[in-house]
Amino acid sequence: MTAETAIAIRPTGRPLFRRRSAIPGFTLTLGVTLTVLSLIVLIPLSAVALKAAQLSPSEFLAVAFSQRAMAAYRLTFGAAFVAAVINGVFGVLTAWALVRYEFPGKALVNALVDLPFALPTAVAGIALATLYAPNGWVGSLLTPLGIKAAYNPIGVTIALVFIGLPFVVRTIEPVLRDLSDDVEEAAASLGAGRLSTIFRIVLPALGPSWLTGFALAFARGIGEYGSVIFIAGNMPFKSEIAPLLIIIQLEQFEYAHAAAIAVVMLAVSFLMLLIINAVQAWARRFS
Amino acid sequence: MAAHRRSTDDPVWAKVLIIGLVLLFLGLVLVLPLAAVFAEALRKGLQPALEAISNPDALAAVKLTLLTAAITVPFNVVFGLCAAWAVAKHDFPGKSLLITLIDLPFSVSPVVAGLIYVLVFGLQGWFGERLIDHDIKIIFAVPGIVLATIFVTFPFIARELIPLMQEQGVSEEEAAVSMGASGLYTFWRVTAPNVRWGLLYGVLLCNARAMGEFGAVSVVSGHIRGLTNTMPLHVEILYNEYDFVGAFAVAALLCLLAIVTLVLKTALEVAQPAVRGRSGH
Repeated sequence: MTAETAIAIRPTGRPLFRRRSAIPGFTLTLGVTLTVLSLIVLIPLSAVALKAAQLSPSEFLAVAFSQRAMAAYRLTFGAAFVAAVINGVFGVLTAWALVRYEFPGKALVNALVDLPFALPTAVAGIALATLYAPNGWVGSLLTPLGIKAAYNPIGVTIALVFIGLPFVVRTIEPVLRDLSDDVEEAAASLGAGRLSTIFRIVLPALGPSWLTGFALAFARGIGEYGSVIFIAGNMPFKSEIAPLLIIIQLEQFEYAHAAAIAVVMLAVSFLMLLIINAVQAWARRFS
Repeated sequence: MAAHRRSTDDPVWAKVLIIGLVLLFLGLVLVLPLAAVFAEALRKGLQPALEAISNPDALAAVKLTLLTAAITVPFNVVFGLCAAWAVAKHDFPGKSLLITLIDLPFSVSPVVAGLIYVLVFGLQGWFGERLIDHDIKIIFAVPGIVLATIFVTFPFIARELIPLMQEQGVSEEEAAVSMGASGLYTFWRVTAPNVRWGLLYGVLLCNARAMGEFGAVSVVSGHIRGLTNTMPLHVEILYNEYDFVGAFAVAALLCLLAIVTLVLKTALEVAQPAVRGRSGH
């Protein structure tokens, strides 16, 4: 960056952003980037909006916000939120243990945290469904307690906890690592207890990255399909997630209806993207 | 070192409690599912599991998954290098918007990713009739599977390369160019050696996702056995037919893929600490 600015302030007499870089290939690479981006992502994505626009406004509302769709949104957003909260708690603890403590098997734990990024979602889905089914390893322990963990909203939440965990851990970890312990030492030397140091010094400093990790996990959760459908049970109004609703509409060849639900989901996803960017911009002001 | 930092050390009981909670949680959420896959696959012994994997439909699924990854990963490498070169080595207005747009597929549900290609290339889609006239199948065929996989893995490599190339600045490339090196030569001899580990990291994650993608591929595949079934889709079909040994045997293969990915990724992070954990995906 500094080298660049040094060159940029040379009196060339041209506005800064028009300055031609000495490095070749700009037109070619930007051209390829924009072409591929448009063909693969932007133009196909616009198809959803155009298809949904074929419906009249009242039709759109009837489809996108039908009672069944509303139940699916409530489940999808609710389960994603609860899962993100659970990951918010255990993600901080995991990051804390990985950064601050030494313990046997730490390298293995560190590698394992990324498992949800590497494991195909369908594999996670059938494994979780088998584990938490009433006759599964975990399910058979929960059934005598009167807890049903699979084929209901709890199952959906379990799958989303699996999917979302690394987002929280990997977002908090670098910030925690960079957090200098000078401040903690200062607080301690001024007489703050360990707990009050953590709650008043450390956790507030982690706030923006925690929020980013939470939002990333939540955003991934609302779109998730593969790991959820096997354990969800997929009962309309009870345990049917929004992405499944799109698939059901597609199977009935109701393409415009599928697009209408997709528009709602995309709107929420883009909102989450804006929030994540805003949080990160806000966090940069402190660093 | 510990002696100097006593004031910021946690009491032993807190350490034990936190580590214990973390291990319990990770054991329940991550280790148990992994163990369950292998246990279920081997429930009736090794033989039925091996038979399920060597079944012709399973082999066709393995082939299609490998083919999909073999197209998707190089495509995203070329795209990622182009995008990173344009964004990191040059200045232009709208740069941060471009980066956001490249990241966009991460925020789109895989099911929606499949849906958009059905809307473009499907029977009722924009090009539906024209494709039928020319006897070209994209949806419910291999091209659709590849397209949907490219969409969901689109940001992986670009996202890894852009911050890495931005950090490295432009001075080395400018020096090479000012001494008369061509653009391509500069890239191969100056930039590529600096970013190869970051690139490899992106390739690993991209490949794992490409081989494992389920939602997007499920929408465009049509689930035709032996023809348009990838490994994850094959797992779903066997599972829904109550062929649990078969489903988990194929799933175990995918688990091995995940484990190899994690091992390589960890080795890379240990050998090249500079590349670790950029994207968070």
